[in-house]
Amino acid sequence: MMTFKTTMTGLCASALMAGAAGAGDLVINFDDPGPAPKAAFEAAVAAFEAANPDVNVTANINDREAHKTAIRNFLSADAPDITAWYPGNRMAPFVDAGLFEDISDLWASDPNLSTSFEAIKPTMSRDGKQWGVPYSYYQWGVYFRADIFADNGIEKPATWDEMLGACDTLKAAGVTPFTIGTKYLWTAAGVFDYLNLRTNGYEVHNALTAGEIAYTDDRIRATFANWNTMLERCSFVDNHATMSWQDALAPFAQGEAGMYVMGNFAVAAMKDAGLTDDQIGFFQFPEITPGLPRAEEAPADALFIPSGAKNKEDARKFLAFIAQPDIQGAWNKEIGQLPPNSKAEINLDDKFIVQGFETVSTASGLAQFYDRDAPAEMAKGGMEGFQEFMLKPERLDAILNRLDKIQERVYK
Amino acid sequence: MPDTALPNRSWLRANRQRVAPWVFLAPAILFFAIYVIAPIFQSMWFSFYAWDGLGEKEWVGMANYVELFDDDRFYTSLKNNIIWLVLYLLAVPAGLMVALFLNQNIAGMRFYKSMFFFPFVFSQVVVGLIFTWFYNPSFGIVGKVWEFFGASAPSILGDERFVTYGIIFAGLWPQIAYCMILYLTGLNNVSSDQIEAGRLDGARGFRMLRHVILPQLWPATFLAIVVTVIGALRSFDMIAIMTQGGPYGTSNVLSYFMFEQALSEYGFRMGYGSAIAVILFFIMLIFISYFLWVMYQDEKR
Repeated sequence: MMTFKTTMTGLCASALMAGAAGAGDLVINFDDPGPAPKAAFEAAVAAFEAANPDVNVTANINDREAHKTAIRNFLSADAPDITAWYPGNRMAPFVDAGLFEDISDLWASDPNLSTSFEAIKPTMSRDGKQWGVPYSYYQWGVYFRADIFADNGIEKPATWDEMLGACDTLKAAGVTPFTIGTKYLWTAAGVFDYLNLRTNGYEVHNALTAGEIAYTDDRIRATFANWNTMLERCSFVDNHATMSWQDALAPFAQGEAGMYVMGNFAVAAMKDAGLTDDQIGFFQFPEITPGLPRAEEAPADALFIPSGAKNKEDARKFLAFIAQPDIQGAWNKEIGQLPPNSKAEINLDDKFIVQGFETVSTASGLAQFYDRDAPAEMAKGGMEGFQEFMLKPERLDAILNRLDKIQERVYK
Repeated sequence: MPDTALPNRSWLRANRQRVAPWVFLAPAILFFAIYVIAPIFQSMWFSFYAWDGLGEKEWVGMANYVELFDDDRFYTSLKNNIIWLVLYLLAVPAGLMVALFLNQNIAGMRFYKSMFFFPFVFSQVVVGLIFTWFYNPSFGIVGKVWEFFGASAPSILGDERFVTYGIIFAGLWPQIAYCMILYLTGLNNVSSDQIEAGRLDGARGFRMLRHVILPQLWPATFLAIVVTVIGALRSFDMIAIMTQGGPYGTSNVLSYFMFEQALSEYGFRMGYGSAIAVILFFIMLIFISYFLWVMYQDEKR
């Protein structure tokens, strides 16, 4: 029944988006109707139209989840000229099915794209070609209640031991060290990614998500051993399996929990929950294995040209336009994220952006995220395993064996 | 061209009685064939392929089924489906009890009846959401009750031991209302002569219910069982809203498992999803054929 409904929603959505596009018409399917993302996107479109008066842009702004469902239909049935999507493995099915346009020529010919996007270029590439242009990305790390830390005399932890020590103090003060909501699974992957990046480093993260290392490998076991330490000394809120990441903000805002491993998009939600700038702090996930080059999670959002687009010429013009430093700067200032263009200005009034920029620009490697770096099926199985481990750590062996079995099938 | 039209018309006229029902049935048959029959065979066909819904289909023969029968998640879903089937049927006796209770003539009875029927009017999504809040250990009513007794509340939807029962309990609420309404209409048709006769023979209370009322309610009971069994097998909305099959897949049932594999964010394994759909279809087929057989026997009598 739901199958039918979902398909119908997708069909209706693509039918609605079927705006007839003649020469000079540019149809864009964007995926975030939130007030700030929408305003930032529309400002970029307005700037583009002002610079190119002969192009008439039609923007369809859909809900994120609906967009994820609809894209499969509209890409093959009635493609817009530009669509929002995610890089890394999330773009792989569409690239492999020939539904995205190869824009390597644009990356090579546009001086701005070819010089200012070095750091992020690999995640936009597949088979040695580039498929999209990123407009935003954001750092991950540990957000903490600065006021609670100060009340208990806890310093910002810089090492693993300091963080475990901070957990002890918080627990003694009756505060749960970490909040998290794992109902939708991916939040647990954020914790796993960081533990793995700090225990084993960037290469192992990539090798694991590429299926080259087994989950029962000793290195991955070491990651889980650290996670076990974290579960014991730094406990997470109870009932996290029933909460979304937004639900998990409640204990954080009420001072029942002290820290949150999250992406920077959570700051806006924390402020909506009543916290002020001074109450929220940010630190990079602390070092575990000494001397390991520090890699970070920094997922990007990007725009792509479907291969079925009618106006590819103006679409390329638009992608080159939004890659410009000033456009990227203004766009990300509005949504509180980081511009992928290294020459773009960042919002120096926002302390999280300043710290985030510092975090990612000095990182030795940027991971997308477990569920974007690993293929979908592996990601789903893996994240269920992470959630199960958080609730039943004693089942580790069974979980790892199961993940190996899934891995064997997925990467064959 | 009158030459050809004439014999045609006379054939139609001669067979009018036999043709007319087919003409009326034609649109329904057409749509049933396109939207129900064809997809069934299409699903069976897809279940022999590995396909992500976009690229080339790759013939894999029985591989999807081999994998399915080796998949722990499949057995978890199947087990949960059986629990659903058994416990969901409690809606039938519960609906009967409510109906008997409400089948009285006092002022404002219609209002009470409609209040009891209300949960069925709600969308399943709303019911799921309400119960998710009920079950929340920190601010839900379950948490408050436990707190009152000085205990810390279990996380019903976060604990693999309770989660399926928690969802079924939520699902029973509207299902009981549905069975109740079926029984209320059935009770309207219970013949008062037979009750009268039973009374003269000294039947009261439970014996009256068992031997006089219930046999007359058989059509309602049958219908209630049919809709409840089918409802249990396709329980989907509640699971999607309340847990998404979690924690770690322990509250999954076949219908949601199928959706998750074929169409959710991390899925798009059309072949594998189709294989699950085919298995679910055969399970349903057992029940459906039984129901059709019972109905056929009833008709013959």
